[in-house]
Amino acid sequence: MKTVEEIKAAIEAAVPGAGVEIVLNSGPSAQHSLRLAPEHAVRVAQFLRDDAELALDFLSNVTGVDWPDKEITEKVKVTRTVTKTVDGVEQQVEETVDETRKRIEPGCLEAVYHLFSMSKKHGPVTLRMRTANRVDQVDLPSLTGIWRSAEFQEREVFDLYGVVFTGHPDLRRLLMWDGFKDHPMRRDYVEPDDFEYEPTAHDAVLARAAAHKGAQPGPEGTVAGQ
Amino acid sequence: MNPSAINQEKLEGWNRPPIVEPDGEAELLEVAMGPHHPSTHGVFRMDLALDGERVVRLKPVFGYLHRNHEKIAEGVSYLASMPYTDRLDYICSLTNNWAYALAVEKLVGQEVPERAEYIRVILAELTRIQNHASAIGFLIQEMGASGTPLMYAFKEREKILDLFEELTGSRMMCNYMRFGGCRVDVSAAWLDAARKVVLGLPAFIDEFENLLSSNEILMARCQGVGILRPDLAINAGVTGPMLRGSGVNYDIRKVDHYGIYDRFKFRVPLGDHGDIYDRYMVRILEMRESVTILDQALKEIPGGPIMDPKAKIRGFRPKPGEAYGRIEAPKGELGFYLISDGSPNPYRYRVRPPSLINLTVLEDMCLGSNVADVVLIFGSVDIVLGEVDR
Amino acid sequence: MYLFLEDSLLGEGILKGMAETARNFAGSFVSAERLTTVQYPEEREAPAENARVFPFLVFDTADAEAGLRCVACQICEKECPPKCIYIEKSKDKKPDYVGKQQFYPTRFDIDISVCMSCQICVEVCPFEAIKMDTQFELATTDRFGGLLLDRKELSRSNEYYHQIHPTEAAEVDARLAEEKAKADAKAKATADAAAAKAAMPPPAAKAAATEEGAGD
Repeated sequence: MKTVEEIKAAIEAAVPGAGVEIVLNSGPSAQHSLRLAPEHAVRVAQFLRDDAELALDFLSNVTGVDWPDKEITEKVKVTRTVTKTVDGVEQQVEETVDETRKRIEPGCLEAVYHLFSMSKKHGPVTLRMRTANRVDQVDLPSLTGIWRSAEFQEREVFDLYGVVFTGHPDLRRLLMWDGFKDHPMRRDYVEPDDFEYEPTAHDAVLARAAAHKGAQPGPEGTVAGQ
Repeated sequence: MNPSAINQEKLEGWNRPPIVEPDGEAELLEVAMGPHHPSTHGVFRMDLALDGERVVRLKPVFGYLHRNHEKIAEGVSYLASMPYTDRLDYICSLTNNWAYALAVEKLVGQEVPERAEYIRVILAELTRIQNHASAIGFLIQEMGASGTPLMYAFKEREKILDLFEELTGSRMMCNYMRFGGCRVDVSAAWLDAARKVVLGLPAFIDEFENLLSSNEILMARCQGVGILRPDLAINAGVTGPMLRGSGVNYDIRKVDHYGIYDRFKFRVPLGDHGDIYDRYMVRILEMRESVTILDQALKEIPGGPIMDPKAKIRGFRPKPGEAYGRIEAPKGELGFYLISDGSPNPYRYRVRPPSLINLTVLEDMCLGSNVADVVLIFGSVDIVLGEVDR
Repeated sequence: MYLFLEDSLLGEGILKGMAETARNFAGSFVSAERLTTVQYPEEREAPAENARVFPFLVFDTADAEAGLRCVACQICEKECPPKCIYIEKSKDKKPDYVGKQQFYPTRFDIDISVCMSCQICVEVCPFEAIKMDTQFELATTDRFGGLLLDRKELSRSNEYYHQIHPTEAAEVDARLAEEKAKADAKAKATADAAAAKAAMPPPAAKAAATEEGAGD
């Protein structure tokens, strides 16, 4: 099978301006992936499926990944104009000072596709697509039109992560019930506090169970949450 | 939820199920089949829109057994996820263990000693036999055979589960594979007991076939019913006996050459028509092929260690990276996708469930047939809800 | 549209199947192999030797407190996947089977409604203190505390361990005896070295005596 660089070259030859990047996998498994720009993803996917050599007709797995916002602390050199007394005369002097700044690098949601070929018996080829942020620009194009196996899996990524797949024929929640709010697989998901009796609570659960101590009618002799 | 309200024509050109028009002015009857129903193999619901007895629309609804296994795995170490994988496809716990161990071994580049590979193959093939036997048993039960063939299958399955209990300590939740090998070694006594069980298996499969394969009721109800076209099967990502029943030659044991399957001579049975009868026959023939693999493996198993001595049980921290590892589980392609960020817990842990993906084409196969056929078609997909919902 | 078998009567397949069933039915009266039902609870099959259900703590001598092998290292608590173990460590120490002073657990709770019998606690315990039991008839009507086993309910003697898992218990005993022999040999070697050192005359007086003698 072709290497990642060869596949990238083939895609760029067939779909000009496709915006494909290679993402290297640092571990020993050496399964590198290709990051696609969402605008051209459907045409790239169609090429990958219909190309005679690659023939990636089997979409095996669609995964959602949550990359939360990162707080980055960095030192920045700042030039400021300050009033200082020099030789007894007040003047405006420029000063360069090191300042520590914190900024938030916005996170995103990612969809990872694993492709194989049933006719040529090769694979996997990994594709990735990232949304712009985790808050309001969470849409990605749906690849259900190219591979029908994405139908349920994209519904699951929508359900558990909140990625909206435009062009999906039936985008509803899959595993959670229809009226559920929130997206359980996100890193910042907070579980509801609805446990009744936790006799061997540890760490975070212990803290929350202790908060329940007063409210719960625990049995005699035991204290709920201890 | 109103199944007829979903607009199927939204996207042009996708491989959508055909639109079945109701007869004339008929009013559609909307039935929720499940989640509490004896024929739904677990807590699974099908929202049917019926024109009399004929199915016009079918939407599967599940999630009743959703335990968010993938999130639990993010909160515990890699080793602690192993007993949770037993509970995915709870009938075939050893193949789930192997798929996860394979994915982690790919993630860190871990080697597995030869004896451990042989043990893995033996246990996986025994798992395949007991899974197919129970799947066929349940399919026939749904046809109305009230449990007799099911109990025949379970009689044999008990012998295999007794072997598992003797080796791993538990009949179904085995928690046996580790990253770099197996947990405990097989004794010579166990291998002899296994050989005895395998010796009795061809007679069992013959008895089973004698009971079922030429049965006219089975043939009339299963032949030509629930046909799955091979091109739709490939496009929908269907794997396992369902795919091979439609005639597509794709068995991951032969394609990926994982483990030591290259050393064994075995064939891959394929069906011609893609109907329920073909899937049933593929499962019977796969049981026979598993017996040939078992014969060879039990004869050739070498001595040696069962665990790589450098492998760590506690304090396991893979380097940052990702890996996708898959095996041919009895239900299809079971894959695990792991992203590691260098900490003892996985950053992202994803199970690729064969039962869920195989359900994508349930609607296509059932449209236009009767409700009784829906029960059989659904039984021939062979799903386990622990895997579908995770 | 179904496939007829060549040269077969309609119904022949069904008759073949019913003959199979009849063979098994009649055979169950004469052959033990065909009668597979076990009439539980009047009949009970012995569990396999390696069967595992819920954990228990092993104690060595007849005293459940003094002979308890557990040293409250809390490794099983950390590695337990559903976190069903809760341990509180003591402030004082007691001697273990080699004679070394070790902590012990003042509180060791396992919630068996949460425990999934995965056996990871047994695998990671460095002191052979926690092993798997085979009792499963533990149903209780108390939903809130009935399935929470404390240290007293979890402690079982080493003789009991030998009864349920003879091969495993023999191996563990052999390993522990080896450890004790090594520790004893080390203690004896240290004691011998100390005794030899005490028996030697003080070197300073001897050198002074030699010098004086030489200087004469």
